Amino acid sequence: MIAVCRLDQIEVEGGVAALVDGAAVAIFRTHDGNVYAMSNYDPCAQASVLARGIVGTRGDVPYVASPMHKQAFDLRTGQCLDDAAIRVPTYDVRVDDGLVLVGARQESP
Amino acid sequence: MSPHHRRTIVVVGHGMVSHRFVQAAVERGLTETHDIVVVGEEPRAAYDRVALTSFFEVGAEALSLLPDGAYDDPRVRLVLGVPVEAFDPETRSVLLADGEVITYDELVLATGAAPFVPPIPGHDLEGCFVYRTIEDLEAIRAAAGTATVGAVIGGGLLGLEAANALSQLGLETHVVEMAPRLMAVQVDDAGGATLTRHVERLGLSVHTGAMTERVLGEHRVTGLALKDAPAIAAEIVVFSAGIRPRDALARAAGLATAERGGVLVDERCRSSDPHVWAIGECAAPGGRMYGLVAPGYSMAEVVADALLGGPGTFTGADMSTKLKLMGVDVASFGDAFATTDGALELVYSDAVAGVYKKLVVSGDGTRLLGGVLVGDATAYGVLRPMVASGIPLPDNPEDLILPAGRGVPETSLPAEAQVCSCNDVTRAQIEAAVAEDGTCDGPACVTRCTRAGSTCGSCKPLVKRIVEDFYATQGRTVDRSICEHFPLTRQELFDVVAVHELRSFDQVVAAHGTGRGCEICKPAIASILASQLNGHVLEGQTRTLQDTNDAYLANIQRNGTYSVVPRIPGGEITPERLIVIGEVARDFELYTKITGGQRIDLLGARMEQLPAIWRRLVDAGFESGHAYGKSLRTVKSCVGSTWCRYGVQDSVQLAIDLELRYRGLRSPHKLKGGVSGCARECAEARGKDFGVIATERGWNLYVGGNGGATPAHAQLLAGDLDRETLLRYLDRYLMYYIRTADRLQRTAPWIDSLEGGLDRVREVVVDDALGLGSELEAAMARHVDTYFDEWQATLEDPDKLARFVSFVNAPGTPDPHITFRTERGQIAPAEPTGPVSLGSTIPVGAP
Ligand code: SRM
Ligand SMILES: Cc1cc2nc3c(=O)[nH]c(=O)nc-3n(C[C@H](O)[C@H](O)[C@H](O)COP(=O)(O)OP(=O)(O)OC[C@H]3O[C@@H](n4cnc5c(N)ncnc54)[C@H](O)[C@@H]3O)c2cc1C
Ligand code: SF4
Ligand code: FES
Repeated sequence: MIAVCRLDQIEVEGGVAALVDGAAVAIFRTHDGNVYAMSNYDPCAQASVLARGIVGTRGDVPYVASPMHKQAFDLRTGQCLDDAAIRVPTYDVRVDDGLVLVGARQESP
Repeated sequence: MSPHHRRTIVVVGHGMVSHRFVQAAVERGLTETHDIVVVGEEPRAAYDRVALTSFFEVGAEALSLLPDGAYDDPRVRLVLGVPVEAFDPETRSVLLADGEVITYDELVLATGAAPFVPPIPGHDLEGCFVYRTIEDLEAIRAAAGTATVGAVIGGGLLGLEAANALSQLGLETHVVEMAPRLMAVQVDDAGGATLTRHVERLGLSVHTGAMTERVLGEHRVTGLALKDAPAIAAEIVVFSAGIRPRDALARAAGLATAERGGVLVDERCRSSDPHVWAIGECAAPGGRMYGLVAPGYSMAEVVADALLGGPGTFTGADMSTKLKLMGVDVASFGDAFATTDGALELVYSDAVAGVYKKLVVSGDGTRLLGGVLVGDATAYGVLRPMVASGIPLPDNPEDLILPAGRGVPETSLPAEAQVCSCNDVTRAQIEAAVAEDGTCDGPACVTRCTRAGSTCGSCKPLVKRIVEDFYATQGRTVDRSICEHFPLTRQELFDVVAVHELRSFDQVVAAHGTGRGCEICKPAIASILASQLNGHVLEGQTRTLQDTNDAYLANIQRNGTYSVVPRIPGGEITPERLIVIGEVARDFELYTKITGGQRIDLLGARMEQLPAIWRRLVDAGFESGHAYGKSLRTVKSCVGSTWCRYGVQDSVQLAIDLELRYRGLRSPHKLKGGVSGCARECAEARGKDFGVIATERGWNLYVGGNGGATPAHAQLLAGDLDRETLLRYLDRYLMYYIRTADRLQRTAPWIDSLEGGLDRVREVVVDDALGLGSELEAAMARHVDTYFDEWQATLEDPDKLARFVSFVNAPGTPDPHITFRTERGQIAPAEPTGPVSLGSTIPVGAP
């Protein structure tokens, strides 16, 4: 796993993009203190933008809405909540001593 | 009938009913076989006489029922400003005052009625008027310029309208009524007393039971002499003592007329000559004339139907009335005077609030027969159809008139109940319009498509209620909650934020919501907080509430880059500034385009370039154009009087002033304005949320224009305003919109959604009926005083700038996903290729 930033560099209910092994990864921090990582690439809009989306909840599901056309993605699994056929890859992520560490891409949920 | 043998219908008069007849004829295909010639004596096409009094505020143009002055259908010829002198049933021809003779196959008389002027001495002195046409009102307005006191003879519906007009023209006003109460035809004694109190509170003097003996004066009016009462001094007298059908043409032609006047016609509106028909106020079906527009409309439809060979008949009309007089609701319907045997009365009266309501119910208490409402007539919409359809009264009939919660009391009307009496639309028709396979998506659309609610407007609340209830039965959402996190509408959210002085999303959720919000409520709350606090949109917690455009103070593009739109107020720009924009575009390799909003868009900026680009622009004196915000965009201008040979006012200066006044104002949706220097309207101001058009005397203010997918022309709110009044009205209008509109609702649908529509806006903005005026102005003053350029503020704040990086761990590395190609000599986004990898690990800088 590599350290990409300090936790306090990510706003609560905000996201940042980081380069991990050459790939753009979006890292989010939720209100309850959890940190999630998924590919920054929005497959619907075909643009690398997910870190700039609004973070919220649908029922109990924490999600990010793409800033482009508002499709929602489950922060925990990368599953698109509006289209069962679409899923964004997620990444291992952990906070250690105030540092955010991102690891390997998870192939399936 | 062979299409080669076309026939001719001549219509005499071009008033409201004539216009409806022509509309029906065109819509139903009568013009496929007939030419129609309409001859009207007034100098203009039909206008909304029912709304005549608003002429003083909105002018003639806004009242017109045919703004283009001609029908689209070329087979309809409209002759205006020429009276018909006579017609001859033998030769089937009409003679016009200018000598033209037109032969007809069918003749339709729609000559309306004329005010009755009692033949008392002095009735023709200079200063005596009637109240029927736009010319009458123009003459009254001209005379009012030099007068101080006016008197209206007649305290009926029209007399009170005329009195209201005199008082609004600044005259001390008297109403003289022979009967013991006002509106004697419609309301009972107690209702009349309540009405008198309202009218007197507005500063008018009411004289009931007063008989005018003569009009005093030599050449000009000086006053009225009353029987058994002191004389009244007055320089203007308006007669409003009833109307008489204009049946002179028919009399002269030897047609049968009714005993009390009017062309006598049968159930199909056919006169004693089989080729002559009469409709509207000049007609007396079965011997009775109807002084309201709705029965006239029905007659127009009946004759159009008859000429097409249809079976329609006119069998009498509902004479129920509802109106708003001087801001006071008055309604009367059904058996208002309890003349039915055994009828019972149920009365609710609140003297302090000035409300009087009476229901007349059948002796056994099962059916509603009629009623009178003064001061609050919200229940009219549902009560009138209850009378007409005879449905059983609910168990607690008093609930129908007790102060209501939801505006319109709960009840279920049968499907065939007529909801809109002006346009004869039933509940079933309204429901069909909004059914799954119907054509309408809501109450405003129903009004446009079925005409329900488009005439007097009194049925609008009921139309809305029927649509909502229908949706509810269908399981379609009528839930107006903004999203799953807040059980509130945007307006309610706005109010709770204001009342409880909430300052952050967390406070709003804690007080009223659940969960952690979403892309719907977060930007809406951000906008509400911004309208009320005018803080920086990237301040603290509000940053994460913003849509991406606001979050980066720029508009996101399809490839994840952004556009930059500096403000160019009114579209005016110096060569030096133009050069700066060119240089910035060149140095950062941006695509440039002139926008439809009279400014320049620089596209293709990477997020991390935005601060450097704006540094250059801000240093050159530019500021944010808010192209990204739900806020004021541009105020478009034409060159105006400075250069243009037609211009009558400096439209550029005003556009700049307005743009600078309202820049940065966060609102439910974007806002656009326009200012034109004369009526040629080169700035397309009437396509804007607020449009200002110069007149010789000042500025006309139009509101509710919209381009986009559902274009709408802005409507005149007020005319000939001086600059100060214009700003005051605009401040109020915009703040009222910001407070009450739904999220992402532009001004046009917002105005449509208000009960009363544009009239409501006028009441609040111009008449200050809610007494909110100074509060709305103060809110706008706060905005103007605390405005700052949010890009400049961002450049000065390292915390905010820290967000403008491509990668948190590699701030200088451009996003490899963004690539460009060249098109017409400038950059354009390259086709997307899927996730792009730099193929190597970027070392992490010290965190
Ligand atoms: C740049 C421009 C087109 C151009 O090249 O001329 C433009 C571009 C966009 N328009 Fe527009 N509109 C532009 C003038 C207009 C006009 C013409 C005008 O203002 O005179 C209209 C019709 C007038 C009106 O708004 O009533 C217009 C009606 C819309 C609409 C439909 C709004 C509606 O009420 O239906 C949208 C969609 C929306 O806002 O929800 C829209 C949305 C957009 C957005 C913001 C879409 C988006 O969210 O990305 C576009 C992005 C602009 C950008 O990135 O810079 N744009 N757009 C014009 C910018 C004007 C400016 O200087 O600010
Ligand atoms: C101030 C005011 C307020 C009103 N408020 C209401 C209300 O709230 N509700 C309601 O239902 N009704 C109301 N009315 C009544 C309503 O306006 C009339 O019922 C309606 O206009 C009748 O339509 P019409 O076409 O029959 O007559 P009009 O609209 O009067 O049209 C007749 C036209 O024929 C023309 N004409 C007459 N003779 C000739 C000729 N020989 N040759 C050529 N042209 C001729 C006239 O000049 C006129 O233009 C109001 C009226 C007024 C004045
Ligand atoms: S609107 Fe009138 S003043 Fe303005 S440019 Fe056009 S013609 Fe000239
Ligand atoms: S009842 Fe007058 S518009 Fe519907």
